Amino acid sequence: MQSSQQYIDLFRQSASLIDRHSAPAMNALRAAAFDDFVRLGFPTTKEERYKYTDVASLFAPDYGLNLGRIDIPVNPYDAFRCDVPNLSTSLFFVVNDVFCSRFLPKASLPEGVLVGSLCEAAVRYPSLVERCYGHLASSGEDGITALNTMLAQDGLLVYVPKGVQVERPVQVVNILRADVDLMVNRRVLIVVEEDAAIKLLFCDHAADDRRFLTTQVTEAFVGERASLDLYCLEETHAKNTRLSNLYIRQEASSHVCHNAITLMGGTTRNRTDLVFCGENASCDMGGCVVADHTQHVDNNVLIDHRVGRCSSNVLYKYVLDHEATGAFAGRVLVRPEAQQTTSVERNQNICATRQARMYTQPMLEIYADDVKCSHGSTVGQIDEAALFYMQQRGISRQEAQLLLKFAFVGEVIDTMKLEPLQDRLHHLVEKRFRGELGRCEGCRLCK
Amino acid sequence: MEEKNSYIRQVADKKYEYGFTTDIHTDIIEKGLSEEVVHLISQKKGEPQWLLDFRLRAYRHWTTLEAPTWGHLQMPEVDYQAISYYADPTARKGDDTGKEIDPELMKTFDKLGIPLEERLALSGLAVDAVMDSVSVKTTFREKLHEKGIIFCSISEAVREHPDLVRRYLGSVVPYKDNFYAALNSAVFSDGSFVYIPKGVRCPMELSTYFRINARGTGQFERTLIVCDDDAYVSYLEGCTAPMRDENQLHAAIVEIVVCDNAEVKYSTVQNWYPGDAEGRGGVLNLVTKRGLLRGRNSRLSWTQVETGSAITWKYPSCVLQGDGSQAEFYSVAVTNHHQQADTGTKMIHLGANTRSTIISKGISAGKSQNSYRGLVRIAPTAEGARNYSSCDSLLLGSHCGAHTFPYMDVRNDSAVVEHEATTSKISEDQLFYCNQRGIPTEDAVGLIVNGYAKDVLNKLPMEFAVEAQKLLGVSLEGSVG
Amino acid sequence: MLEIIDLHASINGKEILKGINLTVREGEVHALMGQNGAGKSTLSNVIVGHPSYTVTQGQILFNGKDLLALSPDERAHEGIFLSFQQPVEIPGVSMVNFMRAALNARRKYQGLDPMAAGDFLKLMREKRKIVELDNKLASRSVNEGFSGGEKKRNEIFQMAMLEPRLSILDETDSGLDVDALRVVAEGFNKLRTPETSAIVITHYQRLLDYLKPDVVHVLMNGRIVRTDGPQLALEIEKRGFDWIREEL
Repeated sequence: MQSSQQYIDLFRQSASLIDRHSAPAMNALRAAAFDDFVRLGFPTTKEERYKYTDVASLFAPDYGLNLGRIDIPVNPYDAFRCDVPNLSTSLFFVVNDVFCSRFLPKASLPEGVLVGSLCEAAVRYPSLVERCYGHLASSGEDGITALNTMLAQDGLLVYVPKGVQVERPVQVVNILRADVDLMVNRRVLIVVEEDAAIKLLFCDHAADDRRFLTTQVTEAFVGERASLDLYCLEETHAKNTRLSNLYIRQEASSHVCHNAITLMGGTTRNRTDLVFCGENASCDMGGCVVADHTQHVDNNVLIDHRVGRCSSNVLYKYVLDHEATGAFAGRVLVRPEAQQTTSVERNQNICATRQARMYTQPMLEIYADDVKCSHGSTVGQIDEAALFYMQQRGISRQEAQLLLKFAFVGEVIDTMKLEPLQDRLHHLVEKRFRGELGRCEGCRLCK
Repeated sequence: MEEKNSYIRQVADKKYEYGFTTDIHTDIIEKGLSEEVVHLISQKKGEPQWLLDFRLRAYRHWTTLEAPTWGHLQMPEVDYQAISYYADPTARKGDDTGKEIDPELMKTFDKLGIPLEERLALSGLAVDAVMDSVSVKTTFREKLHEKGIIFCSISEAVREHPDLVRRYLGSVVPYKDNFYAALNSAVFSDGSFVYIPKGVRCPMELSTYFRINARGTGQFERTLIVCDDDAYVSYLEGCTAPMRDENQLHAAIVEIVVCDNAEVKYSTVQNWYPGDAEGRGGVLNLVTKRGLLRGRNSRLSWTQVETGSAITWKYPSCVLQGDGSQAEFYSVAVTNHHQQADTGTKMIHLGANTRSTIISKGISAGKSQNSYRGLVRIAPTAEGARNYSSCDSLLLGSHCGAHTFPYMDVRNDSAVVEHEATTSKISEDQLFYCNQRGIPTEDAVGLIVNGYAKDVLNKLPMEFAVEAQKLLGVSLEGSVG
Repeated sequence: MLEIIDLHASINGKEILKGINLTVREGEVHALMGQNGAGKSTLSNVIVGHPSYTVTQGQILFNGKDLLALSPDERAHEGIFLSFQQPVEIPGVSMVNFMRAALNARRKYQGLDPMAAGDFLKLMREKRKIVELDNKLASRSVNEGFSGGEKKRNEIFQMAMLEPRLSILDETDSGLDVDALRVVAEGFNKLRTPETSAIVITHYQRLLDYLKPDVVHVLMNGRIVRTDGPQLALEIEKRGFDWIREEL
């Protein structure tokens, strides 16, 4: 409780400063979020959804916050050059929680599509933001969401109006940049209206060798027959803490493809809540984790089938080396009305050392009878028979292990719908397994 | 559809077959729980000081605890002061020595279909019957005695074999284990004690029948089984209770110790009163069962068929300590009407090359909620450990719930842990196929469910398998809707 | 080429091979016959260095080198190839990547540079024809979803790619229909040169009709109990193994 007290005090002292550097639509929710945070505090490991990550201890170190919005000079192009071959994206940058409006892609987005600062959007398009902001991410039941809602001043808005298909993928590079240990509370709002489609790629990087703690709350509204691909790639460093709460709401006949790839980081906690609100919608959700040393990666997924005839497909794979710990909890909730639900959930893990530890908890909670649901989960090591077969063909044991690990997580990467990105990720994963720095060539961000 | 609904009504109207009360003279102590009551229970049973101390430690610890709430259960508020913690149906006024069996009690067992006397000889069972809290009669004592096997009530064991009881009581389930374990340790009144000496294969199935009879009492039996090196025993446990409007509390503990190369099979058919179709009454079955596979290459298998109780909260568990030990958990849990079950197992792998298997089949009908909850933990010392879990749920009807909450915690890179689960409704195609061959829907359901549960039913000893199949039929006939 | 001297080997403490002596010279094809459990597969697994088997006594020399001192992949680099009785499925690893890794590891062992991608694919195309292997198989994962016949053809294809000096065919004929057997056997024959040798493990004459062994051995209870010319196989086909046991 001590670590939550300092944030309670901080908010009491700085509420007006926070408001001044944000927008009314965001300020409107702060007071309620503050009350929630006072009541909830940081989640403890006694809470089912936070069983495997001790959040309060993550907040114990002293972090600075940039509440006064002091400009941090950085030319992202100096630091970052993403060279995914054959992948041409509309590239945007967010430094900490500030959208970089000075560096915009040359090619313009289709008419009506917005990618920009959430705070500015909240001033220019108040009705759009008010209609959505805080509607999925309830601060009443999650201390992290409460804290984020209370402190977040800016972030990103992605808006795709009715019927617009954004062909070129939108890539957003989140750069953490500071000369002191820094906490960032970033807010992301994604609205994809009826019959619209967009592919989003978020890449997290840390530009400085400081401790960073990011809370990121993302709300994604996916309209009828709309399609959202959301890929999140984390390549930071051991001193980074990522606490991401992602809320997705799907209307009828919509499709979501979401992938969370954790290659480098310190502590990573991804909470993903997806709710089906219209029939015939589907989602493919995947995650792959390559963790070593003392990395900790915790993916916590809830798929809420509120209506019938929707299908969900969840696949998470972990490879844990050294003393890394991994946790996966996936809860598929099929409510009484959700007849003819199909759901498949799989979690497969490899512990490469004795010290690595994996917790896995695939849960089915089913209240409707006409359903087809299954889940499976395995923890094991690399198949000895396959290893021997490869050795017999002259491949060294070490190389064979690499190939097999690579194939193991490759299955998740292959669910992504951007082929050049797939190739790139295969490459990154391979490098990661070979112990090389898993970073894009030419990128000087990851140290 | 209408036809199906009418069938549901029929089933709803079906009475609990074992719901009769027995008019036996019972010595019940005052309701409520306090240190004085613990003293009184211990005194009534003429217990030694060490056991009283054990009870008091447990009681004091219990007062610091709160009932667990993590189960997927809507637990009614239990007033622990409104329960009588000791009921002795064998006591007669002014006659402390006469522990002969009341003829009424014999009738009760007859009604239950328990072959207590000569019928036992035919079926080859040795039975310890526990009514309310006190063990009434143990059969086949002599025959077992010849082999050095001890099978008696735990109170008797405390008197006759105090060293054994003192050594093992609470060694597998310490009183601090959980709320209900602490409660049981404080107030347990009777139960069975089994000791199989080194190298002895118990020649017959040992069996205990439990029954709660007296109104407003709880049952807190305690079973302790010790299977010494190279020994073998198969143990059966059956449970029934009369129909009561109020909930009856059943908080038992079973402890099993398995030594080198020994094997224990523990089978349960649990058919406590489940409450009526509207969810009134029924037994709250809150049980802690655990086996310690202490010896090398020791084996333990839990098999359970759970059809009764308003609420079932039980996780027969195994601690695989000895290298090469093997544990199995086979479970069929059926819930209907308003029943709730949260059941499963824990497999704690400590020793090298330990193996465990979990097969769980949940069947939910009516408005019931049926959850599998299991933990598989592989400790860093459990080199080469293996676990395979398979949890299937079958849904009969659209108002019930089937849930799976497996927890896996793996800390050894040489371990392989696999878990699979599926949930589906009963297959229309299978039902239709049966119908087309002239099998009515209600029979077809019984047939399909029995087939579905076969992997588990096959693990039961013959005597129990037949009873279990009948129970499945009674619990579920025609619940398709 | 291959010289096995008084080889004893066991699995899980149980002795399976109880003193095998066998010499295979360049260009020779040896057939190894025997009933189930005689130790045929054990022998082939021990030659290629399967980790489940422990050699308790004896020697295996390959072109004068002590084979037992080498790891399985090093033995492969020396030119020993086992066509597995039940080739394992490796989901997610494509045949192309798999073969490239194998071939380039061999080249590295020989002090050569990795093969250029274009040359490699050309080689794949050429070799595939030998066993009439479908183009699509190359893009699939190793053995995954292959039929029994496809798996065996895939083994011979890999043999073609790796050009071993000693091939061991472990019941390559099992589970094959007549046409598939012909394709596999003819593929194997195309790969034969005066410098390459083979050990063929089989129960049946029909594979030997194609492969024409020079020497036939009968393995019984972990020992080679009889060695003779090709006519021995024909006799076994007619009379089974019991008469040999009786003669002993």
